[in-house]
Amino acid sequence: MKNSDGRRLNGEAEEEDDDEEDMNIEAWERSYAEDRSWEALQEDESGRLRPIDESIISHAQYRRRLRARSLTATTARIQKGLIRYLYIVIDLSRAATEMDFRPSRMAVVARQVGAFIREFFDQNPLSQVGLVTIKDGIAHCLTDLGGSPESHVKALTGKLECSGDSSLQNALDLVHGLLNQIPSYGHREVLILYSALSTCDPGDIMETIQKCKKSKIRCSVIGLSAEMFICKHLCQETGGSYSVALDESHLKELILEHAPPPPAIAEFAIANLIKMGFPQRAAEGSISICSCHKEAKVGVGYTCPRCKARVCDLPTECRICGLQLVSSPHLARSYHHLFPIAPFDEVPPSHLKDLHNRSQSTCFGCQQSLLSPGNKPGLCVACPKCKKYFCLDCDIYIHESLHNCPGCESLRHSNPVATNEE
Amino acid sequence: MASAPSKLYSDDVTLVVVLLDTNPFFWSTSSFSFSQFITHVLVFVNAILTMNQLNQVVVIATGYNSCDYIYDSSLASNQSFGNGRMPALCANLLQNLEDFMVKDEQLGKEESEGRITCSLLSGSLSMALCYIQRIFRSGSLHPRPRILCLQGSPDGPEQYVAIMNAIFSAQRSMVPIDSCYIGAQNSAFLQQASYITGGVHHKPQQLDGLFQYLLTIFGTDLHSRNFLQLPKPVGVDFRASCFCHKSTIDMGYICSVCLSIFCKHHKKCSTCGSIFGQAQSDDASATNRKRKTPDL
Ligand SMILES: [Zn+2]
Ligand SMILES: [Zn+2]
Ligand SMILES: [Zn+2]
Ligand SMILES: [Zn+2]
Ligand SMILES: [Zn+2]
Repeated sequence: MKNSDGRRLNGEAEEEDDDEEDMNIEAWERSYAEDRSWEALQEDESGRLRPIDESIISHAQYRRRLRARSLTATTARIQKGLIRYLYIVIDLSRAATEMDFRPSRMAVVARQVGAFIREFFDQNPLSQVGLVTIKDGIAHCLTDLGGSPESHVKALTGKLECSGDSSLQNALDLVHGLLNQIPSYGHREVLILYSALSTCDPGDIMETIQKCKKSKIRCSVIGLSAEMFICKHLCQETGGSYSVALDESHLKELILEHAPPPPAIAEFAIANLIKMGFPQRAAEGSISICSCHKEAKVGVGYTCPRCKARVCDLPTECRICGLQLVSSPHLARSYHHLFPIAPFDEVPPSHLKDLHNRSQSTCFGCQQSLLSPGNKPGLCVACPKCKKYFCLDCDIYIHESLHNCPGCESLRHSNPVATNEE
Repeated sequence: MASAPSKLYSDDVTLVVVLLDTNPFFWSTSSFSFSQFITHVLVFVNAILTMNQLNQVVVIATGYNSCDYIYDSSLASNQSFGNGRMPALCANLLQNLEDFMVKDEQLGKEESEGRITCSLLSGSLSMALCYIQRIFRSGSLHPRPRILCLQGSPDGPEQYVAIMNAIFSAQRSMVPIDSCYIGAQNSAFLQQASYITGGVHHKPQQLDGLFQYLLTIFGTDLHSRNFLQLPKPVGVDFRASCFCHKSTIDMGYICSVCLSIFCKHHKKCSTCGSIFGQAQSDDASATNRKRKTPDL
């Protein structure tokens, strides 16, 4: 595990090459080199270059995703571990200053992790994230486990410095200690963004890996340089995933794969009913003493529904009566997972002829005419439940973002929730 | 598409999608009559349209059995009257509104007469968002959209999930949902909708002056709002609906697997099928977690 030096030498040599190249090319050339505009072209059958048609690709991608999702939905209501406790470990050793990612690995990782954290809380409302960094062979806790993205993102945009070696074992030991305190219904996870090609450990790392396995901590690693045996072994043992990023967009893709909740493995967490309160937000400008800081505060605050104590922030636990307090919109963010809307059926063009006669010749959602759809003739979809017609754009919007069928929602007795009643 | 690319849109060009509550069960009990209400709204719509030539207004009726578009100022038929704009607007909107209400009532007659008090806000909200997406697709120059809910009926707890879905979608596409609640109680849905999407929520004290409230609070474009003292929320009601009885609760049990909300303890989750162990009493979890937090 001492090959990091050789790698570094290579890296430096490459950097010098890069610099020389930058000197030689003209400014106009450089703008092309950075844009990589040729990547937006594709060859057609006759060998001519054409811009890639984004809309067709995106619609095909969307159809594929939809099919995959409805497939899993029909097999069973898959249980998902929605309460996750995740530590993100960022390697800030010397290797993170390398510039194969621009401007540096460290900057790219910080940016992508920031984006990931926002996406993570969008998809896992009650979950918590903490940040750990490795520097000079020692692991530090950058932020504690918390339920709101702001503090983490702020810590990431602050000044980060890299130095020294990396230590996988120290990081795992620290995280293991922290994750052991969380409640039994939570899923324990670690996501390590590892830049170095070596690890400088005080003891036997295999023991630490077994310890993590025993504590049911799912460890995943995303490497930034090359595959390492010890990382692969760690992921295999603990049920995580291991991947190595090729460039920034690939890294982004790999990180975001960790945002949706992993299928819960029954033994990993015990299903439980947790008693929770949904506090009201106090009127702006009202003054009261909060129970968390024991200070008089103006405005913002929430009132515990059970004991009426004031707390500053959600999610939290009431200091007075111990009730878990969450903001209900926070929970509701994940409900579209539970009540997915059925994929819409494509309407064959033959049916479209009688559109003229039907009262509905426009998309039910956006009122766009379905009669002259321009270059994509006769394509529209219908909701299998309410039979309303929709244009393709609305189809995508409804399934990807809205998660409501406007047609079903504007009919009484067909609310998706009502059908799910016991 | 109505918007020609040559038009130069600035910050103050607006699209307002007005959601009109037409629920007869509410209006029959209200001291403020529906015709008075419509008079105020018509003047308001006209005021928006005259404030800027490029402004656009779409009106969607929120009925108790259905929802439908009843007015779109960008349609050619609504523009042809040129300078006689107000009468054209009135005639068109009122005609469509009447047709809609007759149809809505007929739909209700077919159903067994149950006590329906809420209107289908989730439907009209979803339609409004689809319409706004179409405006976004129309090119980089488009008016800045916002939604205005004029609601009087009480919340329908069975629409909870759908309304929350719509709110989050609006938040993601940065569409503010303004709400003006003219009913007797408070609307937790509308309070949350406006709070989450950065819109304004207001409950007018004197309905006789509805037009003034509409114009001064909801009439200004989003850019000008930065310079105005708009009403601050007097608290936000964050209560949720339980999945088992569809009642509104401020405390409940949550399935740790799928986050479904229940008002009382169950043995099995009706949504995801998980079997729950012993009732995890709140005290147990509290002491558990307390041990870890005191040094914060
Ligand atoms: Zn309390
Ligand atoms: Zn459409
Ligand atoms: Zn439908
Ligand atoms: Zn219930
Ligand atoms: Zn459940």
